[in-house]
Amino acid sequence: MELNGLFQSELHVVNFGIEAFYHDLSSQRVPALHVDWKPVAGGDQAAAKNLRKLQSPALSAKIQEANQEAYRRILSAQPALVGLGIAGDVIPGMTKTTILHAGPPVTWARMCGPMRGAVMGGLILEGLAADLQAAETLAASGQISFAPCHMHDAVGPMAGVVTASMPVWIVENKTFGNRAYCTLNEGLGKVLRFGACDEEVFTRLRWMRAVLYPVLQAALAQKGEIDLKTMIAQLLQMGDEAHNRNKAGTSLLFRELAPAICALPLPEQDKVDALNFLNNNDHTFLNISMPACKATMDPIFDIPYCTVLATMCRNGTDFGIRVAGLGKNAWFAATAEHVQGLYFPGYSEADAARDLGDSSITETAGIGGFCMAAAPAIVQFVGGQVADALNYTRSMYEITVGEGQAFRIPALDFRGNPVGIDLLKVIETGIRPVINTGIAHKDYGVGQVGAGIVRPPMECFTQALAACAAGFHP
Amino acid sequence: MIKHQIKKNSYFDSVSLMILSRELKKLPGVSEALVGMGTELNLEIAHNVGLFTEELTGIGANDFFVSVQAETEAQATAAIAEAEVLLNKKNESKAALYFPPTLDKAISLDAKLNMAVISVPGAHAADLAQSCIDRNIHVMLFSDNVTVEEERTLKENAAAKGLMVMGPDCGTAIVNHVPLAFANVVRAGAIGVCAASGTGAQEVSSLIDQLGEGVSQLLGTGGRDLKKEIGGIMMKQALAAMAEDEATRVILLVSKPPAKEIAAQILAQAKDIGKPCVVCFLGGDRADAEALGLTAAISLEDAAHKAVALLCGETPADFTGFAMGEDAANALAAREAAQMAQGQRYVRGFYTGGTLCDESMKLLLPSLGHIYSNIPLQAADKLADAKGGESREHTFLDFGDDEFTVGRPHPMIDPSLRAERVRREANDPACAVLLCDCVIGYGSHPDPAADLAEAIAAAKATASAAGRHLACICAVCGTEGDPQSLTRTQKTLESAGAIVMPSNAQAARLALLITEKIG
Repeated sequence: MELNGLFQSELHVVNFGIEAFYHDLSSQRVPALHVDWKPVAGGDQAAAKNLRKLQSPALSAKIQEANQEAYRRILSAQPALVGLGIAGDVIPGMTKTTILHAGPPVTWARMCGPMRGAVMGGLILEGLAADLQAAETLAASGQISFAPCHMHDAVGPMAGVVTASMPVWIVENKTFGNRAYCTLNEGLGKVLRFGACDEEVFTRLRWMRAVLYPVLQAALAQKGEIDLKTMIAQLLQMGDEAHNRNKAGTSLLFRELAPAICALPLPEQDKVDALNFLNNNDHTFLNISMPACKATMDPIFDIPYCTVLATMCRNGTDFGIRVAGLGKNAWFAATAEHVQGLYFPGYSEADAARDLGDSSITETAGIGGFCMAAAPAIVQFVGGQVADALNYTRSMYEITVGEGQAFRIPALDFRGNPVGIDLLKVIETGIRPVINTGIAHKDYGVGQVGAGIVRPPMECFTQALAACAAGFHP
Repeated sequence: MIKHQIKKNSYFDSVSLMILSRELKKLPGVSEALVGMGTELNLEIAHNVGLFTEELTGIGANDFFVSVQAETEAQATAAIAEAEVLLNKKNESKAALYFPPTLDKAISLDAKLNMAVISVPGAHAADLAQSCIDRNIHVMLFSDNVTVEEERTLKENAAAKGLMVMGPDCGTAIVNHVPLAFANVVRAGAIGVCAASGTGAQEVSSLIDQLGEGVSQLLGTGGRDLKKEIGGIMMKQALAAMAEDEATRVILLVSKPPAKEIAAQILAQAKDIGKPCVVCFLGGDRADAEALGLTAAISLEDAAHKAVALLCGETPADFTGFAMGEDAANALAAREAAQMAQGQRYVRGFYTGGTLCDESMKLLLPSLGHIYSNIPLQAADKLADAKGGESREHTFLDFGDDEFTVGRPHPMIDPSLRAERVRREANDPACAVLLCDCVIGYGSHPDPAADLAEAIAAAKATASAAGRHLACICAVCGTEGDPQSLTRTQKTLESAGAIVMPSNAQAARLALLITEKIG
């Protein structure tokens, strides 16, 4: 009988629950695995019921087919940096009185401190308000159209404020022809994206518009488009994950642009200043990796039954997700969490705004925190060790549809990155996506106060699951 | 005061420096600290937090600096020295293990998985066990709070596939010589054990090892398997496997007395196997087994002795005595009794192993008449408040029972509650004998004797200060091969003044002997 077969075999044990039982076995060199078991949906009965419905054979087949299609589209994306433009000219639906912001939709009244600061700064920069007080009145007046960047083919780090006169990078997904836009990164310290809105900030933004933008635009026009897929593949081999660490990406971009910039028939000082600005800001590349990811993910939106996440973003008040099969207008939002991390000297968690920014598009597309194993330096922000960085990435394979082909992780024997977050797997395993991120001060005008790791609230996923269960029929 | 240290042209990674700043701020007297490279951003931060002084002017991005604000110069100097230490500290890597989140993921990592040990909360345990059965994996179900209906369904499904479901509430198994959950390192041998009791299985297997023999397989069934509702599905399954198993030459059954008709079925099956079989139905009627030509045992120790005797081709005889000999035991008991003060007369048994407690009570009840307990043998002897209340006459407590384990680990993992009770008991002038088990092996506390020895020493001192003598008797359940070591554990207890007996049954009998000598 079966049991006697067991007596003749080597025992291979799988352990659920008390971890000590596993350690006892492994200390005796018995082949054993411990499962980090959690009840389905964290014990949430309603979610477990919705999951069972979606896992019924008829629906499950359709969902898996749809998710494979999404996976195929994500892998076949070819994002390229094709140029620069002025937001008001190139971003669809952008008007003089439009202000785009990071995250899911949010009213002025509910906006967090840094986003309010960035909005007021944007209004002053556009000449729509003379000072902060006037800007605040205007923002509350109803005359300004607020909209998420994500609803306008754009993404913005932190507050993510985009106004009509700002220069933006233009990234095109060559496979599908769709474009994504993102402002130029201002650097660290007192900057608009963290809600700083004083003269120093305006002076820099005006210089970026007047000097930096023409230099970069001309240089890119001369050089021709830059393949971002290859560049991201390279930076992952160089210790970056293209969200919180962009040293390698910025260096690679600099190498591509520098010869073209030097050759431009523009004033020498402008070229030197532009090169210095790129060089002095490690996060220059963040504002390129973000639209590259955005352009990669948008084409999955029209796939019916698809449970892959197309968007994860935050506005400092709410965390919002969108699911490919539920369409672009279906946001599932819940209160954003506080980031667990390391604070700059002089600051503590009491100073922190809630999780903020569209930069989690990188994780949505399978890099950023999902490639922490490629950028172990990051894990120190949460007091971790290299092995923890590897495990953050390993755990993301549990909630994704497949593995990347272009993006590979040296420390995992060049395994492809985890790609395509499946809502159902998040619910089933209770593992939430891991996001590397900066921490903004909760008051506007202060800036970045730290960096760390955060996850979306589970409620976003249980809401989206309920919508799938209600809307998907075999 | 503010103090700086500047190192020109020394580069350090910015993240590790941020961690350093945080560590320095925790030092005594330090109100602010900044460790960094002299970048514009860092110098601005130095300004913002009030650490900037003239000394920092002129340093650049390749220069390393430490700035500290402290109450005294000495504290600032100490903080700067600490920064140096932390910078040079080698981080010893504790390779973090990766645990898969689901059964299927585990199977994808190891396709040969054939045994699941499940100790998740009871509400989820049956579903998980069924998933394992579906994937042809045998199950040891440590979890309790699984319903009888769930247990029956699981066992029927498993039996149909020839799989084993040990449990629910199964704490002990040794499969292919691998101890699972709470089990001892028992040498490999020819005695196959089928047990419906965890500590009962530990006691018989440890004693078999101490007698120089070993175990082929030790399969648990869970305490309810031999009740009518389940019908002994897994005991029958285990017996059938042992019958077929060439390595098993003697079979030993351990259980509380089963339901009458189930007992008849099991005994009939055992008889038909044709291998020598010892039946240890604790407190049951030995005649049923003996009528079928099987060997009945009267205690766990007796069962181990008889199984070993049968294996060696000897005729098994009841073992009811003392390893040290009757005379020595009598002398020892007399010596202890002679030191007792007026009024000391009761035995207090405090157990971490439920079956050990049950066995002791069964051995002593005929002589003591009443034993008050949280798991009494007679309904009238039930203690209303075993945990919070006082002992009553002869009192035996099972610290592993639900009342004691709500919100805390099993006493074999955390024996502190029992130790506390041992100390408390010393204040009772009627208490004469303290009787305790000490279960070692895998799963148990890494050194359960330490805690108990301390409590015994304290209890003896308390009694002695009040002019009394407390006899403390212990039995260690375990083997030399256990991580805690039998001898080392026994020595720890002896050095605290405990009398250490070689088995649970002998410990109980010595306690009785002492009460008899008190008169």
